[in-house]
Amino acid sequence: MAKILVAGAFGVGKTTMIGSLSEIPPLHTEEVMTTVGAAVDHLADLSGKSTTTVAMDFGRYSLPSQDLVLYLFGAPGQERFRALWEDLAQQALGAVVLVDTLRLEESFWVMSAVEERGVPYVVAVNTFPRSPRYPVEQLRQALDLDPRTPLLTVDARDPTACLRVLIALVDHLLAHYT
Amino acid sequence: MTGMAAPNGRRRLVPAFLATDGSAWASRNTLDRMTVLTATGDRVPEGLDPPEHRIVTLLSGGALTLAEVAAYLRLPVSVVKVLVSELVDHGRLTVHAPLSRSGHRDRQLLERVLSGLRARL
Repeated sequence: MAKILVAGAFGVGKTTMIGSLSEIPPLHTEEVMTTVGAAVDHLADLSGKSTTTVAMDFGRYSLPSQDLVLYLFGAPGQERFRALWEDLAQQALGAVVLVDTLRLEESFWVMSAVEERGVPYVVAVNTFPRSPRYPVEQLRQALDLDPRTPLLTVDARDPTACLRVLIALVDHLLAHYT
Repeated sequence: MTGMAAPNGRRRLVPAFLATDGSAWASRNTLDRMTVLTATGDRVPEGLDPPEHRIVTLLSGGALTLAEVAAYLRLPVSVVKVLVSELVDHGRLTVHAPLSRSGHRDRQLLERVLSGLRARL
């Protein structure tokens, strides 16, 4: 089996994308975090501290022709939950970073996070009806993308389009990370 | 207890959790969301606390990742890691490393993933 992260700012369509691909209704896990932002590992640490719960979506996508299962994990969209990335990024094949052109700057921390964790990624622009369309070169500049990092557009509601994003990611991994 | 044949053909008995090919001695630190879990034995043991009982019962239906266990039982992942760790130490569950030992981003796996994805187009 393999794990792929679906990352992006809050509300960019991660849950939609996972839902489009997943063969089961997306599942949600909870993480308990302390106010300092670290995931809680010892239950004894909880006493006297104020905690918050982060919900994360994930889905399953089977590849029966290869007897493999992909797990798609939605990484938290708020920067204060960045500590969770360490755990999620471990053993992830790569990440899809979803962005919304209406608020591109909200994705900057996500891109820093994947880069810092050494997780290879592709950027997928979710085509919300109200979000402005920009030429690819302009987007690449605005995101300060490495020339080798693929940039695609996707309608996160469309399963085939989402599948093409995953294919682009794995192509990218084979081309540059093996 | 389960039997294992020794080289000279006589059966040696070993505790069930050592006779599997999974890791019986997982500490919390090696448990990951993608760790695959199975229940050892074919009956849910008696005397387990309710959350542990739920975990073993769920896994009696087949293998699941730790993340799926947490999601289906609506328990935080951190709590499930603790419970699973104890259940593994007591031989109730078996841990299976989900990813190839050669490194999770090896060429062969990626090519299989790519083939598998393309087959779904």
